[in-house]
Amino acid sequence: MSGAMVEALGVRKSFGSTEILKGIDLTVERGSVTSLIGPSGSGKTTFLRCINHLEKVDAGRLSVDGQTVGYEERGGRLHEMKERQTARQRLNAGMVFQRFNLFPHMTVLENIVEAPTRVLRRPRDEVSAEAQVLLDRVGLGNRGHSYPQELSGGQQQRIAIARALAMKPKLMLFDEPTSALDPELVGEVLDVMKSLAEAGMTMVVVTHELGFARQVCDQVVFMDGGVVVESGAPADVLDAPKEERTQAFLSKVL
Amino acid sequence: MQKQPVPDTGQIPSTVPGDSIEVVPLRHPVRLALAVVLVLVAASALWDVAVNQRYHWDVVVSYLFAPQILTGAGLTLVLTAVSMTVGVILGTVLAIMRLSANPIVSTISRGYIWFFRGTPLLVQLIFWYNIAALYPVLSLGLPFGGPSVAIGSANVLITPLTAALLGLSLNEAAYMAEIIRGGIGSVDRGQHDAARALGMNGTTLMLRVILPQAMRVVLPPTGNQVISMLKGTSLVSVLAISDLLYSAQIIYATNYQTIPLLIVASLWYLLMTTVLTFFQNKLERRYGRGFDAAPRRVRRPRTGAAR
Repeated sequence: MSGAMVEALGVRKSFGSTEILKGIDLTVERGSVTSLIGPSGSGKTTFLRCINHLEKVDAGRLSVDGQTVGYEERGGRLHEMKERQTARQRLNAGMVFQRFNLFPHMTVLENIVEAPTRVLRRPRDEVSAEAQVLLDRVGLGNRGHSYPQELSGGQQQRIAIARALAMKPKLMLFDEPTSALDPELVGEVLDVMKSLAEAGMTMVVVTHELGFARQVCDQVVFMDGGVVVESGAPADVLDAPKEERTQAFLSKVL
Repeated sequence: MQKQPVPDTGQIPSTVPGDSIEVVPLRHPVRLALAVVLVLVAASALWDVAVNQRYHWDVVVSYLFAPQILTGAGLTLVLTAVSMTVGVILGTVLAIMRLSANPIVSTISRGYIWFFRGTPLLVQLIFWYNIAALYPVLSLGLPFGGPSVAIGSANVLITPLTAALLGLSLNEAAYMAEIIRGGIGSVDRGQHDAARALGMNGTTLMLRVILPQAMRVVLPPTGNQVISMLKGTSLVSVLAISDLLYSAQIIYATNYQTIPLLIVASLWYLLMTTVLTFFQNKLERRYGRGFDAAPRRVRRPRTGAAR
């Protein structure tokens, strides 16, 4: 299917009476890297979680790879999907979290092999071989039998990226992947993400690393108060922001 | 930044200012004196027990491996094993029900736990034993007086052993449900997100990610439950089931050697508890993997905008 990888049209989301997303319009092209920036509480993370249906969209339309997320269109109406369909749809996107969220009771290799074998029901040998390749790719080929607890934050996050890639997603979502890391460990994670972008992976990254946004991203989206304030090429949004709110935010961060 | 406290290894620090200064460890004279007194008290108590003729150690030894006692101990083990197994399985189901988003389902679980924890086990046992008074004929069929098929007389089906197993299991499930609910609640929310993002459905998520991690928190109190169940089975003697304690009681009812036979029973309870504790420790080590390997380094999320 052609068209954009992610398309959002007037996406709204509330938690109780608080509206977090107030109509998000956003397009992420195939093979492009988009970063979502903005102050805390601007709805970046919530929007990212909506793409993977970890949060349910209340109104508007959000589609990934041409499919409406979490809903099925039948007879001119949107029907909410069953859990099984939602789970299958989530396979489109791999997700990396701020707090890594590796499974602490499994070794690194078990973490990576778990979902491909249990969810996709692929043979263990084949998946293990692929997992080893992925581990080499993130530079941790010799840590397969360690437990996450024994690794540094940067190493854990690289494992988390390998775990998501093992499901062969069409799209990768990163939720502040370097915010929980000691400063000297940020670089190793960004390097892995950079090489992933160079390999042509479509990526949406919620980040505070403006250097990364400038260097790697095709599109930068500045969000505030649940809306997209400004979006465009990094050079435009980061260096010559048109909106006052963007200017104010960037002047505090830079 | 918060500084990591230097672990107290009990060793003399290797870098003493001015290398040749001698270090004199602190002495604990009171501690030593107290230890001597305690050892003396314990030794005298043991000596007293050993030489006191009225303990009838000869009787204890002669009944320790009596067939009746061994059968009783076996039955106690079977009662514990079956009731615990049913209790853990039903308790897991109740815990998951209790956490359900469906209010009816969680209320039913809540009600079950309320009822079975709120009434004495002894009453529940006697109640099951006398269930025939309420339902003389057990049958399977449609509710509200619809057609049904009789299975048999309650008096025949509910033997003392069935009543004991029903009472112990259903009671245990209520306690286990709360323990397991606590365990499930102790697992980080991020684990749910990660598993969902990998496409896992609710069952895989529970069985592969949440429950194995909950085990670490669930095991120590469950060990407690097994041990109190092992001894709690002695309550079934009211149903005239010859478990370990009741077997001992039968013997001393005829020979009047009450204390020696209670000692025999206690020795067996102690032995079984010891073995169970051993297995509990092994299991705890198994499910502690990945948690106890290294001290956890706390990383505080950095709020990016501030730097």
